[in-house]
Amino acid sequence: MAKQESSMSKEPAHKKNQHVEGAEISGQSQSLHNLTEKTECEKGKTCSTGPTDQRSKPHMKWKSSGISASQSGDKVRKKYSEGEGKSRAGSLTAKKKASGKSKSVKIQETSKCKASISLEDSESSSETDEDEHPVRRQEGGSDLSAEYWGIQKLAKYVKGGDPTATLIALCSMRDFDLSEETCQLAIKDTGCLEVLINLLDTEEIKCQIGSLKILKEISQNILIRHAIADLGGLEIMVKILDSTDTDLKCLAAETIANVARFKRARKTVRKHGGIKKLVELLESISVASSYQVKDTETVRCAALALWSCSKSIKNKKAIRKAGGIPLLARWLKCSHANILIPIVGTLQECASEPSYRLAIRTEGMIETLVKNLSSEHEELQMHCASAIHKCAEDEEIRDLVRKHEGLQPLSALLDKSENKQLLAAVTGAIWKCAMSRENVLKFQEYKTVETLVTLLTDQPEEVLINVIGALAECCQEEENRGTIRRLGGIAPMVTLLTSTNPALLVNVNKAVGGCAMDPENMAIIDSLDGVRLLWSLLKNPNPGVQASAAWALCPCVENAQNSGEMVRSFVAGLELLVNLLKSNDKEVLTSICAAIANIAKDEENLAVMTDHGVVPLLSKLANTNNNKLRRHLAEAIAHCCMWGSNRVAFGEAKAVAPLARYLKSKDPLVHRATAQALYQLSEDPNNCVTMHENGVVKLLLAMVGSTDDILQEAAAGCIANIRRLALATEKAKYG
Amino acid sequence: MRVSTRSLLCPCVCLCPTRPCGPAAPPGRGRPPALPGQRRWERLRAAMSPKGRKLLVDTLTRSAKHFTKSEVECLIKLYDTLVAKASRQFAGAGFDRTVFRDTLYSYFGMTDDMVLDRVFIIFDKDNTGRITVEEWVEGLAPLLRGTLEEKMKYCFAIYDLNGDGYISKKEMFEMLKHSLLIQPGDEEPDEVVKDLVDIALKKMDYDRDGKLSFTDFEKAVRDESLLLEAFGPCLPDLKSTMSFEQKIFREIPKK
Repeated sequence: MAKQESSMSKEPAHKKNQHVEGAEISGQSQSLHNLTEKTECEKGKTCSTGPTDQRSKPHMKWKSSGISASQSGDKVRKKYSEGEGKSRAGSLTAKKKASGKSKSVKIQETSKCKASISLEDSESSSETDEDEHPVRRQEGGSDLSAEYWGIQKLAKYVKGGDPTATLIALCSMRDFDLSEETCQLAIKDTGCLEVLINLLDTEEIKCQIGSLKILKEISQNILIRHAIADLGGLEIMVKILDSTDTDLKCLAAETIANVARFKRARKTVRKHGGIKKLVELLESISVASSYQVKDTETVRCAALALWSCSKSIKNKKAIRKAGGIPLLARWLKCSHANILIPIVGTLQECASEPSYRLAIRTEGMIETLVKNLSSEHEELQMHCASAIHKCAEDEEIRDLVRKHEGLQPLSALLDKSENKQLLAAVTGAIWKCAMSRENVLKFQEYKTVETLVTLLTDQPEEVLINVIGALAECCQEEENRGTIRRLGGIAPMVTLLTSTNPALLVNVNKAVGGCAMDPENMAIIDSLDGVRLLWSLLKNPNPGVQASAAWALCPCVENAQNSGEMVRSFVAGLELLVNLLKSNDKEVLTSICAAIANIAKDEENLAVMTDHGVVPLLSKLANTNNNKLRRHLAEAIAHCCMWGSNRVAFGEAKAVAPLARYLKSKDPLVHRATAQALYQLSEDPNNCVTMHENGVVKLLLAMVGSTDDILQEAAAGCIANIRRLALATEKAKYG
Repeated sequence: MRVSTRSLLCPCVCLCPTRPCGPAAPPGRGRPPALPGQRRWERLRAAMSPKGRKLLVDTLTRSAKHFTKSEVECLIKLYDTLVAKASRQFAGAGFDRTVFRDTLYSYFGMTDDMVLDRVFIIFDKDNTGRITVEEWVEGLAPLLRGTLEEKMKYCFAIYDLNGDGYISKKEMFEMLKHSLLIQPGDEEPDEVVKDLVDIALKKMDYDRDGKLSFTDFEKAVRDESLLLEAFGPCLPDLKSTMSFEQKIFREIPKK
């Protein structure tokens, strides 16, 4: 009988227990020591980042003072965890003993790694979450709270009792308010966290459940999350997902969902096959039969865990490889909000991957997402809108949203302006959907533009970015430009030109540019000093902002009254513009060329730009394969030829030969612009020679027959000039 | 299989396996005076004809509530096996504490002596010191398939050592005193256990009267289901239940 075994193994356990005692005591004094140390730290300077919990702080200290010290540190830990393993020998299975030993090695390794990479944890990641190792906030004095002592007392029973005593202690521990930070940290500091995780590694289902119930609550705390991951808790929880007990599986999944909120944890889950198991849990029951709360609990918890994990790009791929997408599609059709929310949350996270968007399109998920936009749960609505926002990058999906009548509920949701997160998601969805012209027309039916204009003021930035983006897309339609003006939307837009958020600025520029295509709007923009603001954005360090500002300037210059004077009125404005031709960013270069093409239509301004050296700068760009850049560059050159000796200058700067090569591209817009440029350049005889040498005539001859009038004329004119020169040369030669 | 239904007249729960500690039963097959209810029961068993057997099965199916008829048959078969094993050692009906404990250990892995004693007492409703087939089947019902209410009643009965309807601190102490590994250099070991008892009481004693009534216990278990076996494992765990059912009910005849 087990009782006899326990009495026998008590003897050897005795000896180890002494070690345990020793380690425990030293551990305790360490913690007190640390606490006083920390408070001193607080008073003086701010403590540096780095793990400050009890276990690794001494470790780091010893590490710096020499190898032997760190080894002794390791030994203490090893005995501590080994001793723990042994002290339960009488009560728990032998398997646990072995795992206790291996755990001690693991703990050492992970903490060693942790010490060295803790500072690197704060690498930049695409996910905006807590990757830096959390710094512990210190409370004032060295008074340990009442909770600390209570929990420590219970911890004693958890560590030193058989499953019965452990259970009683664990159940009592839940009477503390585990959502309070003092309790959470108390559990960590008393070493109870390690014991809880050790319990997970046993075969005692009730103890595992009891431990997980506590871990689930306290893992809301960021320090505890990191600690759990460091102690190898995640691997064990992933193993538990294989168990047959439903309650246990659900608790494990929910705890994983809480812990996996930072990058390293998500990686751990993936590395131990957790993603696959979670996806399998989704498969466990069919949707139709699931009207019992207990059955669907597994699915809900698994979905929550997948949602947390899906924030990592590699995990998104892993979910797909494990066959998660059809399952997500299946569960999307269920009607329980508490399952739907994590499922849609996961989809929305993953929708940034093109493979998911393809699946979302083909598995018919758009229809369900649209349907759920009309749900009563605002959180669900928000996630659906977010998913649509991310998916609508693809044109097909935009069409699908329209086909399933998704635009109307989106528009209706704009009225719920108190819930800012929902509003941000909805406006985001509207923005991306508006990239398709048919959608914009639909939005006009629902008077969306009017509502959007009212949202231009008094909104948080995430909302504003999307609202302005949406308006920018809508401005491509003439009617909307008028609507915006009538509703007084232009003034707030121009005010936003002074903001500092780059994403916002890019959208505002686009919107202002879009509005400026209407001359009446342009007048208002000008009166509000909008052009000057746009121009000064050319100085912004962000290339996206520069480019969008330059693009916006094109219609401004085109449509403004007295645009020539207006441009000249900006002190050093043209110099700034021309100097941007030295940028490295292709989009910036393209947009500047477009702006220059517009500005050069005014002679005086062209003269000024020439003085600033626009000709050599443009010529330097000529060697490019980028069609968009080629087109605008050719246009700019064409217009810049109209002043003084620029034609000759271009020829000397060796711009002509590269231009000739543009004719070989497949883009008709490039052809048109190049032909115009060549026509202008061919007024100078030297350029004609260069062009002829580069085989321009043959290519232009083909274009003479094109349907594009401008191209025809320009091509013909250029060929004519070349011919005339040839004839004149002949005449001169032969008299 | 014919089995004699002689019951030992010793109502005390002594451990003597071979002889009652009261006046010795006469050897041979004389019928001892029957306890109330025993007569009908004996008639049923003694008959052992197919009809008698069927009647037995029907009765038990009704009273045990959780088993089907074929499952009851299988349990009776198991009982017979156990009794046969026991009869080889001594004469008498049913099987006694030792066999019972061995059985529970081998099928369900239950090891705690104190709990096993209590379980035996609960099974043995008429306090004869031996488990009859009726007690066997009816006793197994809550163990294997009880509803939460039945399990709560069962566990409470186990923990209530003196059967007074309350689990007192003393009783809790008795049950928990072997649950803790006492470390040397600790305060008095008794104090440590008493602390644990206090913790348990604080958690479960809703009416604050210093002892656990069934109401207290029930409320505590409904609040936190892990507390069902708070003072010691007395129910078989899921795995052993499933393997027991698989093994014993395997030969359910297909109707």
